[in-house]
Amino acid sequence: MSEESRRIQKISAHSGPVPGAGAARELKVAKLIDVTTCIGCKACEVACQEWNDLPFADTTFQNNHQTMPDTAWNYWTLITMDEVQKPDGSMNWLLRKDGCMHCAEPGCLAACPAEGAIVQYANGIVDFNHELCIGCQYCTIGCPFNIPKFNPQSKKVFKCTLCTDRVEQGLEPACIKSCPTGCLQFGSKEDMLHVAGERAAQLRDHSGFPDAGVYDPPGVGGTGVIYVLHDVNTPEAYGGLPKEPRIPRAVWLWKQPLKWLGNAAMLGGILGMAAHYFLFGPKPEPVETKAQNRNRHEDPLA
Amino acid sequence: MTNSWTDIANTDVMLIMGANPAENHPCGFKWALEAKRKRNARIIVVDPRFTRTAATADFHVPIRAGSDMVFVGGLIRYAIANNLYAHEYVTHYSNAAFLVHPDFQLPEDGVFSGFQEVTSDYDRTTWSYQTRPDGTVITDASMQHPHCVFQLLRRHYSRYTPEMVEQVTGVPIPLFLRVADEFLGIRKHGDMKRTGTLIYSLGWTHHSTGTQIIRSGAMLQLLLGNMGRPGGGVNALRGHSNVQGATDLAITWDSLPGYLKQPTASDGSFEAWMKRTTPAVLKPEETQSLNYWANTPRFAVSLMKSLYGPAATKENGWAYDYIPKPPDGRAWWGLSQEMIQGKVQGMICFGMNVLGLMAGAHRTQAALGHLDWLAVCEIFPDETSEFWCAPGIRAHEIQTTVYRLPGVGFAEKSGTTVNSARMLQWKDAAAPPPGDARIDQEILAQLFLRVRDLYIQEGGKFPEPILNLTWDYKIADKPSSEELARELNGRALAEATDESGKRSVAAGKQVPDFTWLRDDGSTACACWIYSGSWTEDGAQTKRRNTDDPSGLGIFPNWAWAWPLNRRVLYNRASCDPAGKPWDPKRASLWWSEKDGRWLGPDVPDFKVTSPPRDKMGPFIMNAEGLGRFFAPGALMLDGPFPEHYEPIEGPIANPLHPGRSTNPLGKKIETPFDRFGKPSEGFTAVAFTMRMTEHYHFWTKNNPANVQLVPEPFAEIGEDMARDLGISGGDFIRITSARGYHICRAMVTKRLRPLKVAGKVVYQVGIPFNWGFRGIAEDAGKTSRTLINHITPTSYDINTRTPEYKSFLVKVEKARGLRS
Amino acid sequence: MNPNRRQFLQTAAGAGALALGFDLQPLRAQARALKTAKTTETRSNCPYCAVCCGVIIHTIGDRSKNVVPQVVHVEGDPDHPVNRGTLCPKGAALLQDCVNDRRLTKPQVRRPGKTEWEDISWDQALQELARRIKDDRDRGFLEFDEHGRKVNRFPNIAFAGGATDSNEFCWMAVKTMAALGVIRHENVART
Repeated sequence: MSEESRRIQKISAHSGPVPGAGAARELKVAKLIDVTTCIGCKACEVACQEWNDLPFADTTFQNNHQTMPDTAWNYWTLITMDEVQKPDGSMNWLLRKDGCMHCAEPGCLAACPAEGAIVQYANGIVDFNHELCIGCQYCTIGCPFNIPKFNPQSKKVFKCTLCTDRVEQGLEPACIKSCPTGCLQFGSKEDMLHVAGERAAQLRDHSGFPDAGVYDPPGVGGTGVIYVLHDVNTPEAYGGLPKEPRIPRAVWLWKQPLKWLGNAAMLGGILGMAAHYFLFGPKPEPVETKAQNRNRHEDPLA
Repeated sequence: MTNSWTDIANTDVMLIMGANPAENHPCGFKWALEAKRKRNARIIVVDPRFTRTAATADFHVPIRAGSDMVFVGGLIRYAIANNLYAHEYVTHYSNAAFLVHPDFQLPEDGVFSGFQEVTSDYDRTTWSYQTRPDGTVITDASMQHPHCVFQLLRRHYSRYTPEMVEQVTGVPIPLFLRVADEFLGIRKHGDMKRTGTLIYSLGWTHHSTGTQIIRSGAMLQLLLGNMGRPGGGVNALRGHSNVQGATDLAITWDSLPGYLKQPTASDGSFEAWMKRTTPAVLKPEETQSLNYWANTPRFAVSLMKSLYGPAATKENGWAYDYIPKPPDGRAWWGLSQEMIQGKVQGMICFGMNVLGLMAGAHRTQAALGHLDWLAVCEIFPDETSEFWCAPGIRAHEIQTTVYRLPGVGFAEKSGTTVNSARMLQWKDAAAPPPGDARIDQEILAQLFLRVRDLYIQEGGKFPEPILNLTWDYKIADKPSSEELARELNGRALAEATDESGKRSVAAGKQVPDFTWLRDDGSTACACWIYSGSWTEDGAQTKRRNTDDPSGLGIFPNWAWAWPLNRRVLYNRASCDPAGKPWDPKRASLWWSEKDGRWLGPDVPDFKVTSPPRDKMGPFIMNAEGLGRFFAPGALMLDGPFPEHYEPIEGPIANPLHPGRSTNPLGKKIETPFDRFGKPSEGFTAVAFTMRMTEHYHFWTKNNPANVQLVPEPFAEIGEDMARDLGISGGDFIRITSARGYHICRAMVTKRLRPLKVAGKVVYQVGIPFNWGFRGIAEDAGKTSRTLINHITPTSYDINTRTPEYKSFLVKVEKARGLRS
Repeated sequence: MNPNRRQFLQTAAGAGALALGFDLQPLRAQARALKTAKTTETRSNCPYCAVCCGVIIHTIGDRSKNVVPQVVHVEGDPDHPVNRGTLCPKGAALLQDCVNDRRLTKPQVRRPGKTEWEDISWDQALQELARRIKDDRDRGFLEFDEHGRKVNRFPNIAFAGGATDSNEFCWMAVKTMAALGVIRHENVART
């Protein structure tokens, strides 16, 4: 695995072919999330933060067991929790691990104007290179899953890396390893689709979920994170998982015929920021409020 | 657990009641899901709330907290009435055929025969078997005799009809019947291959009838022939990582290490103590009984030799005088009251937050203030060590001297803990104690040695046990975990020979297992059930072999499980009377005629050379050798069969016998701290405490990662209840009981719905218990700093004195004057 | 098909070797160091619930004489037959149980009527406690109960704990409390 997991096949804002593309057999990796065996324990949330040394979040009571309303720049994976009453009056609690889907056609990468800030490796992992990120946040518009999140302090955008450092060493991502029920699995996309398909069939045949199925949306070319859902026809019920995600038309437009316009706008934005800086000075640092962040957990990139 | 975490994967159906393993034991719960994935096993969850466990279950049955015994009783009745039980198993492996005293009466009016109104206690003479003059028990193999256990069982449960189940528990009849069909269905058409497991936890123990609820479950499993079998059993999911070990080693008021019974003042001598606590065999004519507890004297003498070495001699009754004899009926529950009465001056707490834990926090708070001194060894600041600056307390009025000693966390010490499946696993220390902290057992050793020095220098009251306590550690004030672990296993004091006379162990060597222990003073062993854990072959608890040749999740060479590395208890019962596994595909044990012994991947829980034709009963720890549907004598103080009584604070009168609603033996302490509410006083909602996956007791409120996951105390209330009370999600609410109030946020949820119980609509409230007045959120001023035990009742289970945290009455209102 | 991740990883490694046969040098991202690459691993067990999951504690410092190990990461032990490397959200946060500025690191005493903790040496704390235990025992020890039966009990102090600690600690507690004659002792089993 080692070096191959860092081989790049797509580069943001890069014209021309990617060196070496297609030179070797490509094996896509995938994360399988079987929501039907998820217990919403949040081990994955914590394991992600611990492995990636992310600072702990300042949370408030949400009137449910969900840690926070949405993922955050320092909180890359989040269990969404939706209480659903079925027509027969019985309950279901839809627990879904939310996070980067590692799309085959990544909207973030398509939208990114900074060359090399977002890359897609040959194994399908979509990764951010923060040294090259210019903090324009276009990726947040390009993503149909609302995943990349901006850190106002470091002026960079963050998201799940699928633990490329671990994958490179032949280890599974931290969330996968921690998952106590095995609802998270990791392997080749082909294998994961097979496992997911069998599980969906088992749910249809033995557990009374006639509409169980696999979520691997074609609108973004398929995803590196696939779900088994009790009801594949209503993904929205699971914390708003989009039914037919697509890269927004605007992103496609500006990246293709209107790209020059985007660049101009970006330049304008940068000039505007510079002007703002010279006129009003830097933005004051927010006061560190959380006693719980005292331990360690400085922002690794701030 | 009679079985193990990994064994759950062998089951066909799981009945999970009084437990929420997905929430509280996620990594053990994986084996439940494994059974589902690999075997299409079914999960049935019976719980007031739709829990995380319910989220993965095949179906969820909402039930009224405090009524579980009726639900299980309903299943027992249904199984008998519909012939869904294991005939051959019940006939041969239980006391169903035993004849009971002809004057024994079932509790149709709420009490069994022998009830004494004056003392609120029983004369248990009629709670006995009919015996012949030679002591053997009279049986009726046809199980038709009106006084036989099986007929009494049938009659007893005939009142637990589906209609009664619906009335008491709030579970509609069709839903109850669905559970009956799913769980009891494994015995359809006489099938004995399939197994079902029963999983419970504190949701069953925390009741004034807790022991009897659990007994109902055990009886159901006996009736279905699920005991002793892979994928079966009664599986109590224990809480703390070493609550099993602390109980095995008897940091409890009522036993000595290895579940030896405590001597009392009335015993008078070692012999009398042994006579009272060593059970006489109580067997029917047809079968043999090994009665393993007949070995009690071997274990007791070895314990005394371990404690006092040469000072324990046959002549002085093995230093019998050295053992303190507690007064009869003394229990931990009365401790705080006795502190207030000035009977207790000092207290030592190691990693146990008593102020947070004990029922009736107001009394505990007052009690600690009556102490002269309190020593707390902890790794984080806790409520107990800071009781003197609790909210509303004036510190300058508290005269208690409090010592707070820094102990070590899990990564900084070595030793073994016992998991819920009785497995002892060794761990090594990874880092030194932080700062000036010390290893807990060394702190205790150093304290003891200083007391001993004072007795050496000054003399004093009865110093002999202190001066003669075995203390042969290499570094006296730093006993190592290795040395202590070796004491737990035990050693030969003189050359010992096994029963065959072929093998021997030299003096000073570790004994191979507890079959080597003797009652003549030639062996020493601190805890007989741990014997075999650290032999001359080394620490068995350090073994790390991951092989599982049988595929049954036994992992025989991973660590070590008590007793004798046995993974499933009562496993002889996994075979039919002829010694063949009920299910050949899940064979953990079988009789081999060729070898003349029991063989299999698990360690036989049986006399290994006793052939099936000898008809030895499989439940070797019972004097009968058989499983008990009827518990004779004082084994269960409140009845030989479980009978449902309402919680001390219940929302309805007991429909089974409204005149005798609560446990007739349920004692309450009568002080101003012990107040109980009634629905007529406005306490109409049924409340229960609960744990959650994001926090561990009062521990993780110091961990920023866990505080982030759930930042504040809350209570779950249903949408209907919230609507009725004008409460919105996130509002601060005040939950009031007759004893006090607790303030937290309201979590308004669909997962908790009103139930119709005995014609009344009953709301339920689930309250996590993980907060107090000291922690990250508390210190940041984010909580009201009230303890859940300000509102819990001070009523207890009559058999175990476990507090009734899982069903009490409250009223809920929006908290005024607090910003939401 | 029987998907097997180990097999898959081997296949992937093979694919990497295959690529060497081509001239084109593929573009690769800069490698990120694995944070546990140079750590020392110690097998341990999670201290929270009674599943007793196997964990691996990663410390920096190579166990040399002059190096004090420091816990930097805790992860599940994949060999453990019960948890198989997995953890819950408490087990996954065990690092903050070790490295936490709320940890107690020195003995303290709170004197009667005082509103603050004071530092105290171990020697003095243990000596004061030993003196109190000795005096309480000599004052409260009961050789005979009200019926004249020999009971040899030390009824006026109590001990609580054990369920969070090791068996070896529990034995030390049982042993010393038995010798003193303490009858009021309990762990968390009933609460």
